[in-house]
Amino acid sequence: MRHHLSLAAATLLAAAVPALADDTLDVVAPFEVQGAEPSTTGYIFTRMSIAETLVNADAEGQLTPGLATEWQASEDGLTWTFTLREGVVFHDGTEMTPDTVVNALEIARAKPGALQELPIDGIAAADGAVTVTLTEPLAALPAFMAEARSQILAPAAYAPDGTGTEVIGTGPYRLTSLQPPLSVKATAFADYWGAAPHIPNVSYSGVSRAETRALMAESGEVEYVFGLDPASVSRLNMLDNVEVLSVAIPRTLLIKVNAGHPFLSEPDARRALSLAIDRAGIATAVLRFPEGATQLFPPSVAGWHDAGIAPLEHDVEQAKSLLAGLGWTPGDDGILTRDGERFALTLTTFSSRAELPLVSAVLERQFREIGVELAINVTNASAIPAGHQDGSLELGLLTRNFALIPDPIGTVMADYVGNGDWGAMNWQNDEIGTLVRGLARGEGGDAERARVSAILQEDLPIIPIAWYQQTLAVSERVAGTDIDPYERTFGLEKIRWAE
Amino acid sequence: MKVLAARLGQAVMVAVLIGTATFVMMRSLPGDAAWRIAAGRYGYDNVDAASAAAVREELGLDGPALPALLQWLGDLVRLDFGKSLVTGQPVTAELAHQLGASAALALVAVVMSLVIGPPLGILAGLRPGGLLDRALLVVSTGLKAVPQFLMALVLIVILAVQFRLLPAAGHGEARHFILPALALATGLAAVNARIARDAMARIADMQFWRFAQWKGLSERQTLTRHGLRNVAVPLVTYLGLQFVTLVEGVIVVEAVFGWPGIGHALVHAIFSRDVPMVQGTALVLGLGFVLVNAGIDLAVRRLDPRAAA
Repeated sequence: MRHHLSLAAATLLAAAVPALADDTLDVVAPFEVQGAEPSTTGYIFTRMSIAETLVNADAEGQLTPGLATEWQASEDGLTWTFTLREGVVFHDGTEMTPDTVVNALEIARAKPGALQELPIDGIAAADGAVTVTLTEPLAALPAFMAEARSQILAPAAYAPDGTGTEVIGTGPYRLTSLQPPLSVKATAFADYWGAAPHIPNVSYSGVSRAETRALMAESGEVEYVFGLDPASVSRLNMLDNVEVLSVAIPRTLLIKVNAGHPFLSEPDARRALSLAIDRAGIATAVLRFPEGATQLFPPSVAGWHDAGIAPLEHDVEQAKSLLAGLGWTPGDDGILTRDGERFALTLTTFSSRAELPLVSAVLERQFREIGVELAINVTNASAIPAGHQDGSLELGLLTRNFALIPDPIGTVMADYVGNGDWGAMNWQNDEIGTLVRGLARGEGGDAERARVSAILQEDLPIIPIAWYQQTLAVSERVAGTDIDPYERTFGLEKIRWAE
Repeated sequence: MKVLAARLGQAVMVAVLIGTATFVMMRSLPGDAAWRIAAGRYGYDNVDAASAAAVREELGLDGPALPALLQWLGDLVRLDFGKSLVTGQPVTAELAHQLGASAALALVAVVMSLVIGPPLGILAGLRPGGLLDRALLVVSTGLKAVPQFLMALVLIVILAVQFRLLPAAGHGEARHFILPALALATGLAAVNARIARDAMARIADMQFWRFAQWKGLSERQTLTRHGLRNVAVPLVTYLGLQFVTLVEGVIVVEAVFGWPGIGHALVHAIFSRDVPMVQGTALVLGLGFVLVNAGIDLAVRRLDPRAAA
C-alpha cells in the first residue's frame, strides 16, 4: 500500500516540476471560441493579432491605418475609396488583392452585424484599392471597417456559402490550432507586413469563471489575464509578481426604460428614478470603480462626453417630491400608489456579466426608498432586446459599449434614432434625430454632439449608472503590455519577455 | 449474453426517453429560442432583432414540434445527431471532443480515488476501532461533506497559488489533469474508503478468515488470497453508483477549471437553447450510464461466481 501511495506522490511531483516557464505567451479571457466563423468568433482572432481589419483605432479612438493605408470620401460623400497596403500576404501564402478584400467584406455584409445595416450600395475592387458606394453619405464608414466582423480573411477561409471554415488572416500571428470551445494557439507569421512580434508563440484559453482567471494570474501560470472581478483586483494588487492594469473604457452601465409604460412616460418619473440611485455607492462598493457616471457618455468617448453638463445627482427627497407632483402617494407598505395602481416594476437583467445581478439587487433597495417596488428578473441577455421588440420590457439593466465600432455614431444612431434593441424604448426626439443624422453624414461637430448628450441627460430615455473600467493582470515575466480601451486587441505583438 | 441483451434493450429505451424528455423540456422553456440562440452565437453586445430574425430564418424554428421530434428520432436511427444550432458544427464532432475531455478527466479521477481510498479502507477494516479506522472515519466524512466546488478552489489556492506546484486551471497537458481530477477524486475516495473498510471488517470477522489464519497464512497472504476479491465485489458495484456523482462533479469542476468537457457543453447548450446539443449530450450521458452498469454487471460476475450461477 505504502508503495502505491509513494508512487502516486512521485507522479504528482514529476508532473508538477516543469509546470512553469515555457516560451509561450498564455492569454486567458472569458470568451468562448465557437469556431472559425468570423461573425461569431472573429473578435478573438483580431484580439489575438491573427486577423486584421482595413482600419485600426488608437487608444483615443482615432482611426489609424490597418490593411488600408488611407481612405477618402468623394465630394458627394457617396463613394469611399480605401487604398490597400501593398505586399500584404495571407497566412496561406496568397497575396491580399482588392478582389480578396471585396470578397471578405461582401461575405461579412451578408451576415448579421453592423455592416449589414449600413446604406451600402456596392463594394468594388479598383486599382490597388476598394471602393464602397453608398445610397446616402456616411462619415463614419471607415470606423465600421475597424470592427472585428469586418476582418479580412483569404478567400480559402470561407465555404462556398460564406461560412468561415478556416482562419487565414494577415496578422503577425498565424493560427496553428483551433479547438472550440476554449482553445486557440498561434505562432509568429514570418511574412508579416509589419514589425515581427517579440514572442514567437501565443495561446488563448477561454475560462468563464472570473475567480479562476484571477487564481491563474496569481499562480503565475499565465502571462495575460483579461477581465478580473472587483474582489480579485484588490487581492492581485497586493502581489509582487502580478501587475494589474486598468483603463476607463467606453462602456456604460445603464437602465433601459420603457418610456411607453404608463408609470414611466413622464420625464419626471424617469428623473425621480435617476435621483434615487446612489451612483457613487454602487461604483465604489459594488463595482470598485473610482466613480459613478455623471452622464451617459464616459470621458473617453471624445466629443460626446460634455464636461459642462449638469451631472446626474443622488437626492432621495427630490425624487419623492417629483413623484408626489405626478400624483403618486405612499401606501401602507411605503410603496407609492396612483389611481389604485402600485408603483411596481420588473427590472430585467442577465447573468453573463457577473456585476449585473449584484447591481440590480442594490437598485431594488434604492428604489424602495422612494416607494418604487422592483421585481428582479435575471435571465438571458436576449430577453432585453426581445422584450423591447414585443413591448413587454419595463426596465432593463444592461451595459452598452459605444465603441465596438470606434465611432460611437453607429451605436447612438441605432439606440436613440432608430428602434435600437438596446437603446431608448418608445421614445422619440425629433431634434436628436436631425442632429444625429447630420452627424452621420459628416455635418456638425462637438457642439451638436454635446447637444445630443444634453437632450439625453434632460429626458433620460435611459438612466446611466456607471462607467466601466477594464482590468487585466499581467505577469512580471512580460513587459510592453498596453490595455486597449476600445477592446479591439490584446496587443500581443508588442509584448516581450521582461529582462 | 442475456445480461447484454437486457442492457441493449435498456439502452434503446433510454435513448428514446431521454431524447423525447429533453426535447419536450427544451421546447417548454419560457422565452423565444431564436433570441437565445442568437445570444449564444453573437454574444450580449451584438444580439438584436436582426440577428434573431436571421437565426429564425436559417433554422426554420417556427415549424411544429412533433415533426421536428420525429425527424430527430429518425436521424438518430441513422446515428445522425444533427448540427449544433449555435456553432453549426455536427453534434457528434463536438461531443467527441468534449466527451473525450470529460471521460479522460473522469477516468483519471476514478483511478486516483481507487489508489487513495480502498487501500486505506482495507487497512482500517483489518483493525476495526483502531486509530487509523477512527481517523479515516473523520477524514472521509469531512472530505465527502466538502462540496466539490469548494474543494476545487481550496486545491487551487494551496497547490497552485501557494506552492506553485501545478497550474491553477487550463487544459492540454498532463499536469492540467491533476488538480481537477484530485478535486473529483477526494469525494469518491472518501466513499470508496468507507465501502472498503466496512467490507473488510465484515470479511475479517468471518469464520473462513479465521480458518485461513489458523491454517498458517500470514495476514498479508490471507488478504491477497481471500480478502481482496471479496472486498472488490461491493466496491465495484458501488462504482456504478458513483458514476452519477462523477457526472455531477464533472459539471462543477469543469466550470471551475475551464475544462472543455461535456458538463461545460451541456450548461452552455441549455443557456442558448441548442436543442440538438442538449439532446445529444443527455443521450450520451444516459447511454454512458447504461454502459457503465453493463460493464459492472460483467465485472461482478467475474469476481463473484455466486452472481453468475
